[in-house]
Amino acid sequence: MSLLETRDLTGFYGDFQALFGVDITLSEGETVAVIGANGAGKTTLMRSISGVITQAPGMVRFDGREIGALPPDEIMALGIAVVPEGRKLFPSLSVEENLMMGCHRRKVAGPWSLDTVYGLFPILKERRHQPGTALSGGQQQMVSIGRALMSNPRVLLCDEISLGLAPVVIKDIYAAFPQIRETGASVVVVEQDVGQAMKVADRVYCMMEGRVTLSGRPSDLSREAIHDAYFGAAA
Amino acid sequence: MIWVDTVLQGVLLGGLYALFALGLSLVFGIMRLVNLAHGDLIVLAAYLILMLVTLLGLGPFVAALIALPVMFAVGWVLQRLVLNRVLGPDILPPLLVTFGLSVVLQNALQEGFSADSRRIPAGWLETASVPVGPISLGVMPLLTFGSAILVTLALQFVFYRTALGRAFRATSDDPVTASLMGVKPASVFAMATGIAMVVVTIAALYLGTRANFDPTTGPARLIYAFEAVIIGGLGSLWGTLAGGIIIGVAQTVGAKINPEWQILAGHVAFLVVLLVRPRGLFPRAFD
Ligand SMILES: Nc1ncnc2c1ncn2[C@@H]1O[C@H](COP(=O)(O)OP(=O)(O)O)[C@@H](O)[C@H]1O
Ligand SMILES: [Mg+2]
Repeated sequence: MSLLETRDLTGFYGDFQALFGVDITLSEGETVAVIGANGAGKTTLMRSISGVITQAPGMVRFDGREIGALPPDEIMALGIAVVPEGRKLFPSLSVEENLMMGCHRRKVAGPWSLDTVYGLFPILKERRHQPGTALSGGQQQMVSIGRALMSNPRVLLCDEISLGLAPVVIKDIYAAFPQIRETGASVVVVEQDVGQAMKVADRVYCMMEGRVTLSGRPSDLSREAIHDAYFGAAA
Repeated sequence: MIWVDTVLQGVLLGGLYALFALGLSLVFGIMRLVNLAHGDLIVLAAYLILMLVTLLGLGPFVAALIALPVMFAVGWVLQRLVLNRVLGPDILPPLLVTFGLSVVLQNALQEGFSADSRRIPAGWLETASVPVGPISLGVMPLLTFGSAILVTLALQFVFYRTALGRAFRATSDDPVTASLMGVKPASVFAMATGIAMVVVTIAALYLGTRANFDPTTGPARLIYAFEAVIIGGLGSLWGTLAGGIIIGVAQTVGAKINPEWQILAGHVAFLVVLLVRPRGLFPRAFD
């Protein structure tokens, strides 16, 4: 049985429909990538899972429970942590305080603590007393990832962690992913960068205009199929 | 020497104004809510202490100690049941609701306690004073000022040294992301207003023992509180303390020059500070 699942998930902003029946699954220990162009609905999907957008209860299931209608704080307490699009550090908080917010509610023993997060991203330890917003973009992204890990989540949702970062920095950050996976967490990475997504993921979902247009193992998907699913076949 | 005395009396008076203002500053800093009923809630707490003193024969300090948790609960419930519902991107609904609450409180107190002005008896403490060199300082004003500093230190500690304070600041920055960290903004706000009402109760103790009050006393206290918060810089607790002291000193100095100028001098000081530093003395780095 899958750990996390959406069933016929729809999503609206007022009258505007952003998701049209999205079904995705994530198994224990698996890493899944969601790729798609700007505006495809990836962030809306993440917001629906994390509870920022309230859904019908059965549209999102986690560990056999219907969580679609739960508020975000309760979903996080169950073990779904988010690295939000745009990092969203708290400007009034130092780096360390930002990290501590990750385990504000969900305090479970596990592989991740301040020490192990600093082990994963040593630069953060040097900067721990600085305001989060004084850091470079890549370092801020490390804080955002570390903050999510602090709750020892069962599922980690990462929304476009490479957005606006230089390629070398992206490489540095993705270098942390094998260690994150080793701890047993299931991961969803949302990416526009298809190459990066293919490298880290066991399976890939491609979205276009609010629908899943292609899914499968990276090795089974041809470049043409991905191109068509990403940009539309006629394009 | 007489001027030193005047300024010192003003500083001590400023402690009272800071106590009026700190709760307002706390709530505004966390949820950008301007509570127009803040002054009336101080008066409500003063009547609560007065009741405990007269009905149970308690001393004012013991009565205030009992009133503290009661007022915390009042604040918590008020936030949960009323204010959380009107908080949002639009600042007008909370202003209207707290204005309405102010009117309701004044009329309810009027019904319950009549329009007569009252005072919380503090016995020998009312007139006790200690000589400091050639100057003599009242014990109650000294206690008031000491309490203002202690309250500022305590709030500062909660804000910057505890998990609750971290959640306060995070929620103030970005409630949606805070909720993704497991924070329930509605309960964080309820805690904040509860704590603000604890400060309000301490302010009420010193307001009620220092001078007469009646059900309509609130709005004037609200103005001093506003001025102290704004002079200090929105959201800065030490700034609020400094703001209270500036108004207090301006009032006593003004009164010394001409007794009719007391209130006016406080307002003038407020305007002068705003002219020189439009964002207050200790504005936040960002907003
Ligand atoms: N807050 C919002 N209000 C209205 N429309 C939105 C909002 N956020 C996103 N949208 C729209 O929903 C669609 C999907 O957006 P989004 O989920 O952010 O896509 P992606 O993350 O794949 O770039 C887009 O057409 C976008 O314009
Ligand atoms: Mg997006």
